[in-house]
Amino acid sequence: MITLRDVNKTYYTEATSLHVLKGIDLHIEQGDYVSIMGASGSGKSTLLNILGILDNYDTGDYYLNNKLIKDLSETQAAAYRNEMIGFVFQSFNLINFKNAMENVALPLYYKNISRKKRNAIALEYLDRMGLKDWAYHLPNEMSGGQKQRVAIARAIISQPKILLADEPTGALDSQTTEEVMQLLGGLNQTGITTIIVTHEKAVADETRKVIHIKDGLIQNIQHN
Amino acid sequence: MFDLDRWQEIWYTIKHNKSRSVMTAFGVFWGMFMLVCMVGAGSALKNGMESTIDGFATNSCFVYDQQTTEPYKGFKKGRNWSIQNEDIPLLLKGVPEIQYLAPVLFGGQGANNVVRKDKSGTFNIKGNYPSYNKIEENKLIYGRYINDIDIAEKRKTCVIGERVSEVLFGKNVNPVGQNVKVMGIYFQVIGVARSISQVNLGGRGEESVVLPFTTMQQAFNMGTKVHFIAATAIPGVRVKVIEEKINQILKKQHNIAPSDKAAIGGFNIEEQFTMFLYLGIGIAVLIWIVGAGTLFAGGIGVSNIMLVTVRERTKEIGIRRALGATPRTIIRQIISESIVLTLMAGIAGLMLGVGLLSLVGLVLSQTDSFFQEPQISFAVAIVSLVILLVIGILAGLVPANRAMTIKPIEAIREE
Ligand SMILES: Nc1ncnc2c1ncn2[C@@H]1O[C@H](COP(=O)(O)OP(=O)(O)OP(=O)(O)O)[C@@H](O)[C@H]1O
Ligand SMILES: [Mg+2]
Repeated sequence: MITLRDVNKTYYTEATSLHVLKGIDLHIEQGDYVSIMGASGSGKSTLLNILGILDNYDTGDYYLNNKLIKDLSETQAAAYRNEMIGFVFQSFNLINFKNAMENVALPLYYKNISRKKRNAIALEYLDRMGLKDWAYHLPNEMSGGQKQRVAIARAIISQPKILLADEPTGALDSQTTEEVMQLLGGLNQTGITTIIVTHEKAVADETRKVIHIKDGLIQNIQHN
Repeated sequence: MFDLDRWQEIWYTIKHNKSRSVMTAFGVFWGMFMLVCMVGAGSALKNGMESTIDGFATNSCFVYDQQTTEPYKGFKKGRNWSIQNEDIPLLLKGVPEIQYLAPVLFGGQGANNVVRKDKSGTFNIKGNYPSYNKIEENKLIYGRYINDIDIAEKRKTCVIGERVSEVLFGKNVNPVGQNVKVMGIYFQVIGVARSISQVNLGGRGEESVVLPFTTMQQAFNMGTKVHFIAATAIPGVRVKVIEEKINQILKKQHNIAPSDKAAIGGFNIEEQFTMFLYLGIGIAVLIWIVGAGTLFAGGIGVSNIMLVTVRERTKEIGIRRALGATPRTIIRQIISESIVLTLMAGIAGLMLGVGLLSLVGLVLSQTDSFFQEPQISFAVAIVSLVILLVIGILAGLVPANRAMTIKPIEAIREE
């Protein structure tokens, strides 16, 4: 499903350059449940963004479903993202003037599904997240856990093969963290390849593999 | 191409960011409002000018005598002369381009020069030929105008103005057949006239008494003098041509130096009218330049504020991109937002402007104002909508281009 070979990434700023990923080799199977851990600044988000085709890498190869993901145009990247990948972020990234249902339905808008149909589907997904009664609320009327569940519903509504979550529980208390992890675990059970960046051991413990990153290299992969 | 859902999404974004949208579009709203008001005012001015000249032959000129300013054939300069009855047939024969020719007399302006029983008033007295009504048209409320028989038989008849009739006979009374005393002599009223045009020779038609030219000359011992000649040119001939020919003949008849420019006075309505016409066109062009400029400035405002909001919306746009929006869909969204905002604001400005114009028009119609019926035509409305559409597209280009360059990663990166 996902194969990285000697992937390198350097950030260039005006004065300096920062070699963040220094040759990542990685293989993730379809349906895997993986977490990525490492110190702050070790390049976890960078790696996840490359996996999500949100960012480019410099050298090496990245195969997604046997397709080489390299030097894609913005339009091609958008098409792959829409088809393959769902994102969940630490700060939720909901659109604040849209209610929960409309936020969840947005990916389907870009797949040209009619408003009526996509809103109906969005309600279904919200129901699965236990948020049926919150469909018509704006993000700022909801708690962090609720917002993150809306974001998860949005991430999976277009039935992606892969779910990428960058510190999805970073802004949540332990109780809510547990709820969200239950949801993500359940989704993984349905066959979605799930990759979670986290700082929390408790979160990482729930996944099957933990990838430890240090100084831009994979230090080890721990199997739970 | 028309995708209802797309427009709903755009409308939604506009609606849920009201103050931002209003701020963005205000310039266009104002520009459109100003344009409509100015075009309306321009049309009111034009209508005013047209109704002023309406009923007055614009292909006409007037000729009258003045003192000579050059010595000629033994005559000293500063000599008084006057147009005579005998000149009329000479002019008709010598200037075939004349359509209508009417000699005119003005009578004494003494106080209370028109009397009927115990009522009297001071009015303008004119001696006219029937043809004069072809040049300065009067509407007959009662009776008829002077005719050829009145002229030939030098009948003591008169056409009185509407106001004259009101003063002497009272309102809504038909005075035809009654007698009035004009400067001591009785005349029978044959008609009551209201002038159509606001341009009048020798005073307003409502306040004038018109006598048959020949009767007036004889009854008041005016000899064979003519005060004024009014003439119109046949279609296709410039008034200047007949004016010059008339002057030539009169100079020859009355021993005036051909080079004497001041001995014959006159004015050419056609030239005045053409000047008015050009003035009107000039004002219209100016209005459109200023109006389109204001509208264009509004468009630049839209572009600027949208550019700023695109920066503020980096996060929203980045999220949309991460969820599958392509650069093209983002461009389309921003340009569509710009079009919708511009059109809505423009139409609002248009409607407010039209509303204001009809209100002002209503007030003006109650008054005697020179300005009448400030309106914009349907064509103007359509043209301005097309201009708005173009401005909307242009205004969206820069911010859309900017939005397109936003990478999802930039928006989503946690600070
Ligand atoms: N666009 C960028 N330009 C320059 N440097 C960057 C950029 N993005 C990230 N970096 C730097 O690259 C390094 C890795 O960043 P990254 O966000 O991948 O770390 P991380 O492992 O996710 O850290 P954290 O746990 O704090 O989220 C950091 O030192 C960061 O400052
Ligand atoms: Mg990070």
